[in-house]
Amino acid sequence: MPTVLILGASSDMAVAIAKKFASKGYAIQLAARQVHRLQPLQSDLTIRYQQSCDLYEFDALAFNTHAAFFDSLPIKPDIAICVFGYLGENETARANWQESEKIIHTNYTGAVSILNVISNYFAARKQGAIVGISSVAGERGRQSNYIYGSAKAGFTAYLSGLRNRLFREGVHVVSVQPGFVYTRMTENLALPALLTAKPEAVGETVYKAVVRKQNVVYVKWFWRWIMLIIKSIPEFMFKKLKL
Amino acid sequence: MKKSIANWGNYPVMESDEKLFSFDDQLQEIIRTSGHFIPRGNGRCYGDASLSTETINTLKYDKILSFDTVNGIFECQSGLVLDQVLEVIVPKGWFLPVTPGTKFITVGGAVGSDVHGKNHHVDGCFSNHVIEMDVVLANGQTTTCSPQQHTDLFEATCGGMGLTGLITRIKFRLKKIETSFIRQRQIKAANLEELIRLFEEYQHYTYSMAWIDCLKKGKDFGRSILIVGEHATVNELKEQHRNDPLALPRKKSISFPFNLPSWVLNTWSVKAFNFLYYAKNFKKEINNLVPYEPFFYPLDAILHWNRGYGKKGFVQYQFVLPLHAKEGLIDILNRISDKGLGSFLAVLKVFGKQESLISFPFEGFTLALDFPVRKDLFAFLDELDQVVLRYGGRLYMSKDARMRPEILEAGYPRLEEFKAIVKKYNPDAKIRSVQSDRLLLTK
Ligand SMILES: Cc1cc2nc3c(=O)[nH]c(=O)nc-3n(C[C@H](O)[C@H](O)[C@H](O)COP(=O)(O)OP(=O)(O)OC[C@H]3O[C@@H](n4cnc5c(N)ncnc54)[C@H](O)[C@@H]3O)c2cc1C
Repeated sequence: MPTVLILGASSDMAVAIAKKFASKGYAIQLAARQVHRLQPLQSDLTIRYQQSCDLYEFDALAFNTHAAFFDSLPIKPDIAICVFGYLGENETARANWQESEKIIHTNYTGAVSILNVISNYFAARKQGAIVGISSVAGERGRQSNYIYGSAKAGFTAYLSGLRNRLFREGVHVVSVQPGFVYTRMTENLALPALLTAKPEAVGETVYKAVVRKQNVVYVKWFWRWIMLIIKSIPEFMFKKLKL
Repeated sequence: MKKSIANWGNYPVMESDEKLFSFDDQLQEIIRTSGHFIPRGNGRCYGDASLSTETINTLKYDKILSFDTVNGIFECQSGLVLDQVLEVIVPKGWFLPVTPGTKFITVGGAVGSDVHGKNHHVDGCFSNHVIEMDVVLANGQTTTCSPQQHTDLFEATCGGMGLTGLITRIKFRLKKIETSFIRQRQIKAANLEELIRLFEEYQHYTYSMAWIDCLKKGKDFGRSILIVGEHATVNELKEQHRNDPLALPRKKSISFPFNLPSWVLNTWSVKAFNFLYYAKNFKKEINNLVPYEPFFYPLDAILHWNRGYGKKGFVQYQFVLPLHAKEGLIDILNRISDKGLGSFLAVLKVFGKQESLISFPFEGFTLALDFPVRKDLFAFLDELDQVVLRYGGRLYMSKDARMRPEILEAGYPRLEEFKAIVKKYNPDAKIRSVQSDRLLLTK
């Protein structure tokens, strides 16, 4: 039975992704910092889909534990999905290095650290798939969230390089740019309904992208075009906008 | 963040800071930092029972915790929606012990309103099947209650409209089924007298309810269709279904995309609807096998049908009268048809005996009707309230958006006892809704 490892399994997107893969017959490995929080999800997936589901403690910020974490998995996954992230508050982060550091380390450094380990393993085995949930915020820095955005930009570039490297090893890498999604992370933002996806849609998108070996996917298709437009605005104009 | 929310009747609408949680520690944090709140499930109660300026929504707290497929015992978090429960239990040969007329309510909401189904005369309310549950009280403490343990909390939580605390975990018993089909019988009744006779004649059926055309006058007054049913056995199925008797019904539904102006629902369209519904049953009686969905959830096939009532919304009026108060039923139906304010959904059911603290049902007839909100509606409903009281009846809080506190008090003989328990577990009325304030339950 193929196995999926979900890193950062307590978010709404992670739950939706886990459900989708479990419904398609995958065994599920859930990894998060507070493992006890995942127990209800474990029973839920087991009962609903009759798939095995195991829990592992994983802290994206504890870089030096990442190799040991992966090493300790009794079954190595076929697919690894990196879902963890931290939006933080740009305004706080501007003045507070700790907040900035947390944003950067969660969205970029932590992801690089664990995916280095996993990608080397997959490359040696010459099979596997890696999915990274990045963000459209990484496509162009904006005044309202450039610290988060720049960390995601780094992650997006990392995924693209990884895809390029692993192509010859038979390992596929998917970059997911979700756009707005209704989750706890965005609960306090007023999101435009038309542009906002449900977490379940992210689950569908990720599953399809893995099966069809897509490279860069958006959850709602028009985000690709929105970002194309945003990226094409000349810098001398862009810097004057309030975004 | 404040947003505009309303329950199924789209009346009233209010600004509320609605918080979601996925984990117990998040719930604790929300309760600790909120001034006051009311638990909210899927907002399928019609009025203001789960509305307040601060609400805690359970929809993301929806995990299945255990399912004993041998003994039919199911345990889940309170935000799980019945539709999801069915998808898991039906293929294993189990069904909900009690289900309301929509599958889009949460298990927490099923307990909070202590819902009834078409089988009340046989199986009672939802709470009759609850083995135990956890309730997080106003002070954040989690208490397990059951018919044996913390019984006061248990009784006041079943049908207590969320006022004792937020139910987090529920364990309940399921009903065994052989197939996912219902052996259905639809019988036409020319008038109310005949309908009541038919209810008696068919009372041995597990499920029964009737649709009444409440705008008919004269000799057709109360013309209706009685629908009764039983879970079908494998032997009763057609050949082609026998190899997969527990198959889930295929999903198909259409949705009302926007609010229709309310003139769409004027008396004429109501008449037209009733006529159509009636004409479908051209024969006196129809016997057939149907999947469980159209039998239990005929309205769920049209998602957001509530938008058909327009922007101003509607209220549902549901009352119960003792069995002997047939004239009360006639009196009320007469007033409604005279007024022409009517509703295309008039549902009549019979309740069996029920002993409970605050749950709605008692032995008698219950009628539910929808009324689009209009200026003169509320005075009219006040008038109906008086008739209901006169005949010894009461109203369902889960449908209510406007009743006065005296009406509640007169209808529920154990109200003081209920209030005392609410006070014990929710002493500073930290848990309160627009409804509980209006009904003086938390004031
Ligand atoms: C089409 C339709 C048909 C219906 N048919 C029937 C029927 O046949 N029989 C019947 O009895 N009802 C019926 N109802 C009403 C519905 O079943 C109840 O109102 C039910 O309580 C709604 O549950 P909900 O999850 O939507 O909760 P909400 O509507 O959000 O809340 C309902 C009440 O339960 C409380 N509550 C919700 N969750 C919790 C929790 N976790 N802990 C504590 N309290 C909680 C709320 O505070 C509120 O008082 C029907 C409704 C519709 C729309």
